[in-house]
Amino acid sequence: MEEILSLAKKSAQEAEVFLTSFEETPVIFEANRLKQLHARQGILVALRIVREGRIGFSTTTRLDDSVSLVNRAIEVCQFGTPARFELPHQLTYPQVEIYDPGIEALTIEQMIDLGESLIAKVREHTPALLCEARITKGIVSVHILNSRGGEASYRRSFFGIGLEGNLIRDTDMLFVGDSDSSCHPIGDIAKVAGSVVNQLELAKRQASVSSGHLPVIFTPRGVASAFIAPLALAFNGRVVWQGASPLGGKRETKVFDERLSLWDDATVTYHPRSRPCDDEGVPSQSTPLIEHGVVKDFLYDLQTAGLAGVQSTGSGDRGGGGLPAPSISNLIFQTGAVSFGDMVADLKEGLVVEQLMGAEQTNVLGGEFSGNVLLGYKVEKGEIVGRVKDTVVSGNIYQVLSKLIEIGREARWVEGAIFTPDFCCSNLTIASKS
Amino acid sequence: MYREQIVYALKGHEADYIEIRLEESEASGIQYRGRELEDLTQSTSLGGNARALVKGGWGFISFNDLSNLGDKVGLAVKQARLVGKDVSRFAPMAPIVDFVEAVVEKDPSSLPLAEKKRLLDEYNEVIWSTPKIETSMVGYSDRCRRVIFANSEGSYIEQKNSDLSLRIVAVARDGGDVQQAGLSVGSRGDFTQIEGLHQEVREIAQLAVELLAAPQVKGGEYCVVLDPVLAGVFAHEAFGHLSEADFTYENERMREIMVLGRRFGGEHLNIVDDATIPGLRGSYKYDDEGVPAAKTYLIKEGVLVGRLHSRETAATMKEPTTGNARAVSYRYPPIVRMTNTFIEPQGVSFEEIIGEIKEGIYVRNWYGGMTGIEMFTFSAGEAHMIRQGKLAELLRPVVLTGNIFTTLGNIDAIGNDLEMNQGGGCGKAGQYPLPVSNGSPHIRIQRCLVGGK
Repeated sequence: MEEILSLAKKSAQEAEVFLTSFEETPVIFEANRLKQLHARQGILVALRIVREGRIGFSTTTRLDDSVSLVNRAIEVCQFGTPARFELPHQLTYPQVEIYDPGIEALTIEQMIDLGESLIAKVREHTPALLCEARITKGIVSVHILNSRGGEASYRRSFFGIGLEGNLIRDTDMLFVGDSDSSCHPIGDIAKVAGSVVNQLELAKRQASVSSGHLPVIFTPRGVASAFIAPLALAFNGRVVWQGASPLGGKRETKVFDERLSLWDDATVTYHPRSRPCDDEGVPSQSTPLIEHGVVKDFLYDLQTAGLAGVQSTGSGDRGGGGLPAPSISNLIFQTGAVSFGDMVADLKEGLVVEQLMGAEQTNVLGGEFSGNVLLGYKVEKGEIVGRVKDTVVSGNIYQVLSKLIEIGREARWVEGAIFTPDFCCSNLTIASKS
Repeated sequence: MYREQIVYALKGHEADYIEIRLEESEASGIQYRGRELEDLTQSTSLGGNARALVKGGWGFISFNDLSNLGDKVGLAVKQARLVGKDVSRFAPMAPIVDFVEAVVEKDPSSLPLAEKKRLLDEYNEVIWSTPKIETSMVGYSDRCRRVIFANSEGSYIEQKNSDLSLRIVAVARDGGDVQQAGLSVGSRGDFTQIEGLHQEVREIAQLAVELLAAPQVKGGEYCVVLDPVLAGVFAHEAFGHLSEADFTYENERMREIMVLGRRFGGEHLNIVDDATIPGLRGSYKYDDEGVPAAKTYLIKEGVLVGRLHSRETAATMKEPTTGNARAVSYRYPPIVRMTNTFIEPQGVSFEEIIGEIKEGIYVRNWYGGMTGIEMFTFSAGEAHMIRQGKLAELLRPVVLTGNIFTTLGNIDAIGNDLEMNQGGGCGKAGQYPLPVSNGSPHIRIQRCLVGGK
């Protein structure tokens, strides 16, 4: 890294080397049986330079490639966008616990046992269920070094368990599943197994719904499949700066229901998306996005913050290996007052949505979502009466989240990045096969 | 350059089958957000993997460090041994030695960055010169890669090819109302195919502005007409994924449902997957298991006649290999994927297709599509009402959904104007974006469920 940095400094005013390496070991079960063991190792080196005020960037997976890496970054500089930031000096970082040595000590045999017991537990309830399961452990290392003396490094452990099951009866197909993740090894399968069994139980019977307008309870997984894509775009500082976010110019304005509060927090202890600093070496923080329905802040990396004349929120993310761009870390919703059971009991007629398929493949920039209820249930007179199929639920988050019926009391993590309760929303559009 | 090491590394292990795949690639990416250049990257990558099969169990190792290949193979074999408790089912193949280099008119890897950027600047300017446009997004990427494949049966194949893609989005805004319209194109490494799109770009910019004033359709069942682009996405989501044998081969219930000879549509319906068509994004000579590419009919005259296989799924189901095992990169093992998937044209003209419709929706272009095997979605970038056989007012984009057991049978007209769509990419099991193409002529579907207000 030092070699690349000193080589780059010869032709650039500022330079930053980002090096990440990972080791990942997934244990994969197919058709209820152990089928594959993988071991993946990889490395990525990214060089960002500023030369005559312009940004240059290149990446490689080769450690013997320093000269070409620097030359490619210099070539890019001539077209590069003008830099609007200074790389961070040596900074102090918050203490964020994200490494558990227990992950390294965990054996493949223990992971196989865990997968087998997870599948067995779920099939105890429904023997005909055909399961795919994945138990994964991994370690990621990040090291950032820049020409202003800034340096940051951390190591993060990762553990994930997930199960997907399918149950096919004649031409009726049911897909159930859930997952859990942590920086600690997960030894307890009860949470994932319990959730899947609950889905199987609720989907035992079928129900129908007519086209029209109904209240809809989005479970935490339902929230993740419908609301997160439009919210992540709307609070992305770059989208705001560009003028493409409906929330642009709405800071300190009440846009959402007053019970709704949301923040982004990369410092949650032992969580797979947490970290002491972002991918540019800016310290991690908790950033309020919505407080009691009022838009508070947006997420920024260094360049976007420079363009917008604000401070970085430590949200610079290199995603697929490109230049840093603002991105969510952990999104956390404030919980409400009502239990899921009471929410259902209060509905005369409505739906519960566990998963909305394809909901993000529409005008998410405008806040819209529209998808097929891949897993969801009908509520009649305060009770879940069965699974609905061939049904589309549509809405716009700026309407749906501005006037909620209730926010749930219990919350959980979904997809390792979103901590959310259930949301009971009024007046969603339902289209269904007649 | 690596041949000796690879051949040596494959020797001396006890496994039913072993393969090594190495990949060297160069890529560039250019991205604009508004007028601001957001990302400009040039990257190189070198990596590989070893995969071993023992008694039906797989071990897979991927790495960037190519030293000690033999040890890595040894580790993959050890893993496979831990998993395998049954018998290996793997379709037999005669060894192949071949060197394949695709020749294209204008290879992006030989083009200066300045030339790529100039074209994107022109497109971006077209959007910005459209009145009432708020902003734009332009994303371009290309990748040139050389893949070396060798297995324990004596095959050694080197394939070199490139792929490029371009997505352009125009955004219009009226206060809190934000509307967008997009264009996705791509090619098997031929830059000329993304040149000269200025008129198309102008049209999406105008569409984004017009959408601000467009109403949203009422949700429900409609007679819909799909343009070739969206109908291609439909073929991919509705039946392509279902035809991938990896979901079926170990699932008894699915095997009963997907039994060859079952009728899914009318006699006019033919759906094909074909990697042998020259120059399309899903085209290749050999798949990532070294199996020659094939043309495979999935549905012929409305009846299920074939499916897409890897060597393992083909052997298990006792069907011929089709060369559909593909990996998005060296970090992943090959899995069963589509290539170029399309609905074959019939004789009906577009005028005849819409002429009989009293009230329906004409849907064009795509936002995307997803499948849940039985149910699937495909979303349109543009929609118009059809009234009394004529195209009427513009609508906001819609999401459509179907069910495999009814929707294909509800197709009652297939046009004569096949077009292949080369934009986007396919995602499955974390492997995204895989270059594919899909296509169709215009098609009409009765009683299709449409989301709305």
